[in-house]
Parts: sequence; structure tokens; C-alpha cells
Amino acid sequence: MIKRNPLVLGNKTLKDVTDDICAPVERFPSKGWVGLFLGAKTLLLFYIVILASVVGVGIGLLGMSNPVFWGTMIVTFVFWIGIGHAGTLISAVLFLFRQKWRTSVARTAEAMTVFAVMTAGLFPLLHTGRPWLDYWLFPYPNQRGPLWVNFRSPLLWDVFAVSTYATVSMVFWYIGLVPDFATIKDRAKNKLRRTVYGALSLGWRGTAKNWSHYEMLYLILAGLSTPLVLSVHTIVSFDFAVSHLPGWHTTIFPPYFVAGAIFSGFAMVVTLMTLVRIGFKEFQNYVTLDHMEVMNKIIMTTGMLVGYAYAAEFFIAWYSGNQYERFVFVNRAFGPYGWSYWMMVTCNVIIPQVFWWKKMRRSIPVMFVVSIFVNIGMWFERFVITVTSLHRDFLPSSWGMYHWSWFDTGVLVGSFGMFLTLFLLYLRLFPAVSIAEVKPVLHVGYDEKGGHH
Amino acid sequence: MAKIVKGIAGIWEDEHLILKAAAKTREMGFQKFEAISAYPVHGMEEACGIKRSWIPYVTFVMGVVGLTAGLLLTWWTSAVDWKVNVGGKPFFSLPAFIPIMFELTILFAALSSVVALFKACGIPRIDPPIIDPDLSSHKFAIFIPHNDVNYDESKIEAMFKELGATSVKKTEY
Repeated sequence: MIKRNPLVLGNKTLKDVTDDICAPVERFPSKGWVGLFLGAKTLLLFYIVILASVVGVGIGLLGMSNPVFWGTMIVTFVFWIGIGHAGTLISAVLFLFRQKWRTSVARTAEAMTVFAVMTAGLFPLLHTGRPWLDYWLFPYPNQRGPLWVNFRSPLLWDVFAVSTYATVSMVFWYIGLVPDFATIKDRAKNKLRRTVYGALSLGWRGTAKNWSHYEMLYLILAGLSTPLVLSVHTIVSFDFAVSHLPGWHTTIFPPYFVAGAIFSGFAMVVTLMTLVRIGFKEFQNYVTLDHMEVMNKIIMTTGMLVGYAYAAEFFIAWYSGNQYERFVFVNRAFGPYGWSYWMMVTCNVIIPQVFWWKKMRRSIPVMFVVSIFVNIGMWFERFVITVTSLHRDFLPSSWGMYHWSWFDTGVLVGSFGMFLTLFLLYLRLFPAVSIAEVKPVLHVGYDEKGGHH
Repeated sequence: MAKIVKGIAGIWEDEHLILKAAAKTREMGFQKFEAISAYPVHGMEEACGIKRSWIPYVTFVMGVVGLTAGLLLTWWTSAVDWKVNVGGKPFFSLPAFIPIMFELTILFAALSSVVALFKACGIPRIDPPIIDPDLSSHKFAIFIPHNDVNYDESKIEAMFKELGATSVKKTEY
């Protein structure tokens, strides 16, 4: 019989769990956290300035010009939306599959989802060029006829998909937090904390009847989020696949995008979790090396799925006999943007292969570096798809390049400022591991007397 | 909204004992008692005789409502109110409307299930009375309100003590 490793190390009692997880919320912030926060906040202020210029002057500040009218904004939108997918995958899909290891990672992964979707959501809104008219995206009775939005457009499907995803994942996350807020409220030593967390906990009391309804709701939300998360990146891929542009118009896009989203999302979870483990030592007993190893296995698996998609795309471009399609792919790998293609292949397909070795899967420095490479590679994947397909299409007379400006760099780098500011605040203000979910799995991997197997 | 009631509460520090105590309390014929824990205790629903939650019915009905709303919205705006010819496609082009219908199904079902939870648990509730602050951390309690059948404080206290309660107190909840 295969013996299970404990999910929580250190023979914790119920009280230890509460104390450990509440500690970062209740103590004074460490120097490391303050340093990171000041850095992230400065980056956020820089981001605000960049976005203000882009809105004030116009999106021509970015490198967009004929024929590349989709650039950094769309690339980075798809990047962040993809990051968000791992959170829902861990919290919903793994919940349905009864994967108990998810419990200690789910909260932070969900938080990452919410913040990534918020970061992503800004891009299409700003990319419209006149963001003050963005309410036109929604169907509402208006004085123009009423003239309605075009429900046959994938861009509108995206409006519905992303806003539904943002709403449902936020609600899912919050519902998970409610019992833990009640725990913090009951421990609170001062009135302010008691009031704030008391309000956030909605007066949760944890009676058996309440828990029964609560568990049912959690199951329902997991069941609803699972098809939802698959639909979101599918619909994002429709933005490309439903057009007739060679390089975009392919049937492989929906599963390929979803696999890529999970891939990049898990990489971001690993990046953040390695840092959280360093910053908050007490979490090392909850987010153990076993957890990290499982996530690294998922990274390698989805990395190979993505690698398969790259190969299949290339094969079909050749096999289809369509000369435009074939040209786009040869141009992608060997044209002026060839460097970005090979960057993508190296980061996404080759580098994650180190996880074949158990030692590598369990090494914190190795997984940190690999996850950073995957993040870079997945950004380049979206860059390759968007820019290389647009820059050379049917007529050589309409070929051109993307004129990357330093505003593009500002938008890309600045978005990390927004994401990290939110994430660091979350780590200090919310219980970063689900207290109520970890407690029922405390005994996993221990025998009757509390010893290891 | 649940009203605040007086009653008696026993406090336990062991998951196994609270399960036994809940089953015993139910056996004694009490109907309005509450078992309080910091996390969903496995087997508690059976011990307390709690019926399956009714929230899934809300989810299903509201999912259907969301689906219908998506269909009506897309059909009425695209094929009735202001027809726009997009590439010669039919005005009522159902396959193109499926993503909208799908998303609205999920949105309606998810949000109304949450509202149903709020209704079922009587939350949000301002400052509910707390029997013991450790109940949201590592202790467990059973509370029997004074208006329950066979309510007799001394008998209940003796029963709780016998079942391994570390303390018993008169309180309100």
C-alpha cells in the first residue's frame, strides 16, 4: 500500500493551526514585507502615470501601427487572464476531484486569480482608446435607437466571459474566507480589528446546519467554476480563432489556450509560493515540499501539452497546403520575430523538462527559476501569436513591424506593480491559508497515535 | 433572521466527543439544538439529523432562468428590436449566442446560490452572541435553547458532563 505523506507537517493541533495562520495578520509587518511593498507600490504609482499618459495622449503612445493594431495591451491581457486560471483550477477542479492537497494552496491561488483578473481587466478597457465610453460594451437600453451590441462578435463574448469570471471567482474566494474572518474576529484584541473582521465575517457562527449549507454551496460553486474557467480562455482564444487571419484561424486554439493558461498560472503560483514560504516561515508546514512537487509535475505536464500544440500547429500549417498559413508559421520561426518564437519554445517546452528529476522538482531555487522562465515564455507565447500573425499576412505591400516603445515596457512592467501591491496587501490582511479547510485534513498521513507512517 | 434565545451550552475539546454528544442530544429528543464547530466536522450531519441542503434547487432554477435570459436577450436585441445584417448571417444565429447564454447561466446560478446561503444561514448578521471565542478555533459546543422540548437545565448539565464536556454554561445564542 502506498503510504501518504502528511499534508500538514509538525503534528499540529487545531489551536496551532489557528495560531500559525492568523499570525501574519496579527503581528507587525516584517522588514522584508515592508521593503517589497514599498517597491511594488512605487511600481504601481509608475503604472498609474504610464496609464494616465496612455489615456490622456492616446494609445498611439504604444507601438501600434499599421498592420499591427493589437500589441502589448492584448498580449498582456491574455497573459494575466491566463495566470488567473490556475487559482480556479486548484480551488474548483481539484476540489471536485477530491485532491486534499489543494486545501493549503487554494486560498492564495484564488487570491492570485482575483488580482490577475483585475490586472487583466484593465487592458481591454484601456485598449478601446476611449475608456470613458467603455459602458458601451454592455447591452443597455440607449438613445442610439436603441442600437445593441453585436452578440455575434467574439469580443463581446469576451466581455461576458471575463466579467462573469471576475464576479464568480471573487465570490468563490470571499465565501471561502468568511469562516476564517470569523476566526480572526474572535481572536481580535482591539476593537477596530474586531469590527472590521466582524463585518467581513458577516456574523458567521459555524453551526452544523450552517456548515451543511456552506459545504453544499462550496460544491456548487466549484461545479460552476469548472466549466466557467474552461470557457473563459476558450472564449479568449475565439478572439483570435474566429478571425480569418492565418496563424489565428485554427481549431486547436481553445484547448491550446486553456492548457497554456493552466501552465502559466501554476508557474505564477509556484513563483509566489516560494516567496511566501520564505517570508512567512510558519507556512512551510502547510505548503510543504510535497505540495510544490505536485505543482511542478502539473507545470511539466501542461508544458508538454503546450509543446505538443506548437508542434501540431506547425504540422497542420504544412499539411493543410494553405500557402498563407504555411508562410505565417515559417515566418514565425525564422522571420524577423524568430527570436521571440525560440524564446517561447525554450522557456515553455525545454526548460520545464528539468522536472523529470525528483531532486529538481523538490528544490526551491530550481523551481523558482523555472517558474520565472515559464512566466516569461508564456508572455512571449501571446506576443508570438498576436504580433507575428499580424505583422505579415496576405499582401507583402501591407507588411510592417510592431514599433515597441518604452510606454509598452511601462505598461508591461507596471502591471506587475498593481498585481504585487494587491497580493502583498492580501498576505498581510487575509488569512493566506484556509483555516477551516486545513483542519479537517490535519490527520492525513498520520497514524492513530499521531506518528508518521 | 434568527432571534437571540437563552439556553444552555456545553463545550468540548475533542472532535470524537462532540460527534457522540450531538448524536446523544438528538437521541434524547431535543430538536432545536445547535452543534457549533470551527470547521465542517465529518459525520456531524448524520449525528444531528440534518437534511440535505436545499440550495441546489435554487441553483438549478436560477441556472435555467439565466439560460433563458441569455436566449431572450440575444434573440430580442439581434432579431427583433434592431436587426443588423452581419455578414449575411441569420438574425437569430443561435450558435453565436451560446457563449452569452452559457455565461449568464453560470452567473445567475452562482450568485443566487450565494444569496440562498445567506438566507439559509441568516447572514449577514450584526454582532451575533458568542458562546466562547475559541469555538471558531479549536473548541466545539452544543447549544440547547430554553424553548426546546424536555428542557431541564440540571438534567442537560449532567448529560453534557457525562458526555465529556469540559464546561457547561448558561448563555444566549
